[in-house]
Amino acid sequence: MSPEPGSINLTDRIRGGVDPMVPRIYNVERIRRNNHDTFTMELNPADGGNPEPFSAGQFNMLYIFGVGEIPVSISGDPVQDGPLMHTIREVGTVTRAMARLKPGDSIGVRGPFGSHWPVELAVGTDVVIVAGGIGLAPLRPVIYQVTGNRSRYGRMVLLYGARAPKEILYQRQLKAWGGSFDMDVHVTVDRGERGWNGEIGVVTGLIRRAPLDRSGAIALICGPEIMMRFSAQELLRRGMDKDRIYVSMERNMKCGVGLCGHCQYGAKIICKDGPVYRYDDIESLLGRREV
Amino acid sequence: MFILEPDGFEKILDSLREKGYRITGPKLRDGAIVLDTIDSAASLPRGVRDHQGPGRYRLEETGDDSWFSYTLGSDSWKKLFFHPIKPLFKTTRDGGLLQIEPEPPREGLKALIGVRPCELQALAIQDKVLAEGEFVDRHYVASRKGTFIVAVNCTVPGGTCFCVSMGTGPVADRGYDISLTELGSNGATRFVARAGSPHGEELLAAASSGKAGESDLQLEAELLEAAAGNMGRSLDVEGLAAALAESGDHPRWEEVAERCQACTNCTMACPTCYCHTVEDSTDLTGSVADRTRVWDSCFTADHSYLHGGSVRETRGARYRQWLTHKLSSWHDQFGGSGCTGCGRCITWCPVGIDITEEAQAVRGTARG
Repeated sequence: MSPEPGSINLTDRIRGGVDPMVPRIYNVERIRRNNHDTFTMELNPADGGNPEPFSAGQFNMLYIFGVGEIPVSISGDPVQDGPLMHTIREVGTVTRAMARLKPGDSIGVRGPFGSHWPVELAVGTDVVIVAGGIGLAPLRPVIYQVTGNRSRYGRMVLLYGARAPKEILYQRQLKAWGGSFDMDVHVTVDRGERGWNGEIGVVTGLIRRAPLDRSGAIALICGPEIMMRFSAQELLRRGMDKDRIYVSMERNMKCGVGLCGHCQYGAKIICKDGPVYRYDDIESLLGRREV
Repeated sequence: MFILEPDGFEKILDSLREKGYRITGPKLRDGAIVLDTIDSAASLPRGVRDHQGPGRYRLEETGDDSWFSYTLGSDSWKKLFFHPIKPLFKTTRDGGLLQIEPEPPREGLKALIGVRPCELQALAIQDKVLAEGEFVDRHYVASRKGTFIVAVNCTVPGGTCFCVSMGTGPVADRGYDISLTELGSNGATRFVARAGSPHGEELLAAASSGKAGESDLQLEAELLEAAAGNMGRSLDVEGLAAALAESGDHPRWEEVAERCQACTNCTMACPTCYCHTVEDSTDLTGSVADRTRVWDSCFTADHSYLHGGSVRETRGARYRQWLTHKLSSWHDQFGGSGCTGCGRCITWCPVGIDITEEAQAVRGTARG
């Protein structure tokens, strides 16, 4: 007989004394336009402390005063100290309000939450990064992490597809990365335009021709669901193993900590056991309609 | 095992009240059983039973003095712990600078009177989801502390009940401080009472009129066995979770969508549904904003909103999400079913969609 069966022995367990539902206030240091509808915010805690440490692929819940809160992946460097960085595309009420923020304004941040890219599995082997559109943002921390400790890893290949040349993110960085010996960068666009001499076509076309020759390489994919599905299939055709391919999923989220029920994807709870999944873990769900 | 007479029942309520417990129990209001604060045993409904069916709920007088011949109303105990509307924090803005003031979690002694066995399981399921994972809902945890439960075993199951199929009733086997089985109703209601905690034992020892005799226990066993054989519904759960997990493209989902109104009644009435959203609102000056947690439902378009649209646009997809979560993916996520067999979703569906019928139809043809 337990002491109080009606009142089960529950404890209020909170990590580090922080209620995960209450935001920490950050100040906007700087906002940089990436393209016509995408911008990158740099944030530092208003209390003068350091930003929360995070792992590549994790996300924060960002709260705009009185407007709302949304999950956004972290796009900065997970190893070096520096401001918290989020790259955001204006698609809804909250992101449009964020685009109007000015340096000195403050926002609420909860997190980081969720699973991360398995960068540790890439030690000593090749990394293939496949990104579509804004999907490059959650993968940029991987690039920072690998280039920051370059000799630990094998070849790094970035295959990036954008809708149009003017929508390509981090253009200056892409040039710098591609011009260094650190990584191979291949970019394609769905539609070309005047002055574009690069590839035209979907990103799967790049996978077909990418230098993938080391067995044991890992692939990290982020972009629209259909792009991730076809990219994974193309990588499998190129001889990669299912258990070396990872994708990052997205669904509506209200709590970010597995309590609100919104981000369910089949039996998955994306904010908690995702957003990064091994491909064979969600293969049977990808491509199913309205899941 | 004790025998509890009506005056002993009242004594238990009195001592709980003296210890500072706020007592909630069933009440008769607007032709239905509701859960509300009760002053004494006299506030409890007497001599009524319910007739429940798909989209149907009626109370009628039994003509006797029975205390618990009805089963469940539309509201469940979850409203006491997982509040329908809960302030989370208040933000004040001074220039561009923000300051956040969290809502402190509130504890308080609560006594629940007349909790049915399926409802004990519902509380255990919500505990698992909201209070036993890596992260917990602090407000839920605080309000769940200090709860005293008087359970009532079911001797008169309702027309939409299927607790036997779900293994949750009609007899409470854990999670209570005191459990009661009503014996006889010919002006001489008495209860077989069991203690499930030292506190329950202490109250029963002081309030009971003695130990239950052999004939009392015999009668109790007969009543409960009869109740178990008298369920309004049944559901074959053997292999069901696995079958539903593979049912993504089943045509039945589109058929049920033709009837489903996406009204969210089933999810509001369900004692385990825990989906919630947050709302942010500002005052008229624009300098204070409140964040509030409110119940949500997977039947709304907003629930799956992503990048300007709903992932689950059709009612068929939403119904599939709800039913497969309850009976299938809940097992993967929380190690058990999300359904207690209480039947509320059947009774309170305005068009009488029956979860047992839908699950069976999907599974039946998926097998063949």
